[in-house]
Amino acid sequence: MATVLRERVPMGEDPLIRWDWVWNNLDDPILALLLEHLHLSLVPLLLGLGIALPVGIVCARWQRVYPWALTTVNILYAVPSIALFFLLLPYTSFSLWTAIIPLTIYSLVILLPNVTDGLRQVPDHVRQAAVAMGFGPIRRLVQVELPVATPAVIAGLRVAAVATISMVSVASLVGLGGLGQLILSWGFDRQFATPIVVGTVLSVALAFAVDGLLVLTQRWLTPWTRMAAPRRGPRIGGGDRWR
Amino acid sequence: MITFTGVSKRYPGGTVAVDQLDLEVPAARTTVLVGPSGCGKTTTLRMINRMVEHTEGHIAIDGQDIRARDPVALRRSIGYVIQQAGLFPHRTVQHNIATVPFLVGTTRRAALRRSAELMELVGLAPELAQRYPQQLSGGQQQRVGVARALAADPPILLMDEPFSAVDPVVRKSLQEELLRLQRELRKTIVFVTHDIDEAVRIGDAIAVFRPGGRLAQFDHPEHLLAEPVDEFVEAFLGYDRGVRRLSFFPASELQLRRAAIVDADHPAGAALGQARSKDEPWLLAVDSREHPLGWIHADTLANTAATTPVGELDLVRYGHVFTVSTDSLRAALDAAMLSPASRAVGVDRTGRVLGVVRQTDLSAAIWDAGGNGAAGTRAHG
Repeated sequence: MATVLRERVPMGEDPLIRWDWVWNNLDDPILALLLEHLHLSLVPLLLGLGIALPVGIVCARWQRVYPWALTTVNILYAVPSIALFFLLLPYTSFSLWTAIIPLTIYSLVILLPNVTDGLRQVPDHVRQAAVAMGFGPIRRLVQVELPVATPAVIAGLRVAAVATISMVSVASLVGLGGLGQLILSWGFDRQFATPIVVGTVLSVALAFAVDGLLVLTQRWLTPWTRMAAPRRGPRIGGGDRWR
Repeated sequence: MITFTGVSKRYPGGTVAVDQLDLEVPAARTTVLVGPSGCGKTTTLRMINRMVEHTEGHIAIDGQDIRARDPVALRRSIGYVIQQAGLFPHRTVQHNIATVPFLVGTTRRAALRRSAELMELVGLAPELAQRYPQQLSGGQQQRVGVARALAADPPILLMDEPFSAVDPVVRKSLQEELLRLQRELRKTIVFVTHDIDEAVRIGDAIAVFRPGGRLAQFDHPEHLLAEPVDEFVEAFLGYDRGVRRLSFFPASELQLRRAAIVDADHPAGAALGQARSKDEPWLLAVDSREHPLGWIHADTLANTAATTPVGELDLVRYGHVFTVSTDSLRAALDAAMLSPASRAVGVDRTGRVLGVVRQTDLSAAIWDAGGNGAAGTRAHG
């Protein structure tokens, strides 16, 4: 950290990326901030899913709840993120929760409609067949409705993951924000281009990687969605598109 | 036996789906509930496995009130086939079929073995076991639906418009398959449809519902077609019910004319003599295996050299034939109507000509059939 302070040079006179800086700072702060970024995106996503699943189940079951739940989440989403971070400071101070709570709320805006619509889109004849076969309500939910809704839920998770990973950086305004700190305090504040480039590239790469993992998860969880054409056995790769 | 006694279904808003239903569904038979949409036939079906709870009266299965049973346990003991099959998209064919065995805790091996047996029973190739439902045709999906309903070997099978979403050709083959299965399995089947032809084809008994959820008539199909109780039932059956009813009378009782058959290698002169002496203006030429070749009229024979073999003349197409032993009067009538000679050709199972029938012969047989309403053993086709 100390070396960097002395090397401060106005932006524009430096090359866009200085590999020696990258090499010298690989462990700290680059890797440390990357891990913090990952932490700050995954925890809100998991919390968001943990909230969206039960609330979505309730919304799909009792349709009148849904507009209320969606409006609540939307209003919270309308609060500017910067304001929300500062509003939370008195309660959570500079702990990670200051970033996690707003990010969780934002992921809900995407996840809640996806879970609810995914469950509502389970075809009526499938649901009725389940009732007629003698599935109780819980079993029907766990063994039929949630599995059938899984593609919609994962589609929501993918959008939410990319949005959250990109939004984590904003939390650098309150001293959090993982790779956002590379961009703001290491790069912008010191007029030094290299950390900005590194922070941006890593943030985008992280989004790609997490999205890729979610695609693989979906393939593993929902093999039937890739089986439209009459064909035998599972196939991986082949004609599948990266969507 | 399923007994409905004074059963009604009233919704909180005041809508009456089923109104004071008294009905005895016989065991080991196929009972069809038929009627226009909104007549309460599906509601009636769903009250049997308590997917819809009745608000008045009693429903009993073999004397036991269904209210005394836990709904989930009750449903597992009753097979259910739904419109569009209702297969689980996330489960393979074999797992779809094994749904109820898995629910009741059968071991995985036994459940999958049962699934394989049922696939064979309903005519699904074993290699389809690993497929997902969306990889199957509509007809195959319905077969999986039937197999799934039969998996726990329930004595009762409820079928809710199961074949309405497939094309007419597939529907006919599924109906025939169901008749074959039923001859083998002897389940108590309750089958809902809005298609009276389907009802007549597969039902041992038919319950016609009228709008407002009232039972209009409950009868054997042949009797229903002969004597609808009122104008509603008559209109619902359609104005060709008389012709339709002929499918209950076997063609085997027809008097077949053998004198109108002539060998293809017979000379025209001899054939003309046969036509005149037997008073048969149309003769049917047959080949050496007694398979039909075509019709020849006496006037044509008269204008031909007497030595020309009949087979070398310009024969008139014989149209389609009826199989004497298995077809009904309806099939024979249809064959006669479509024949240029106004005569139907009756054959045996191997295609050998047994004789021909004139439209006038058919009229007499139809007259007889109309005369004694209760007669007639079941013939298909």
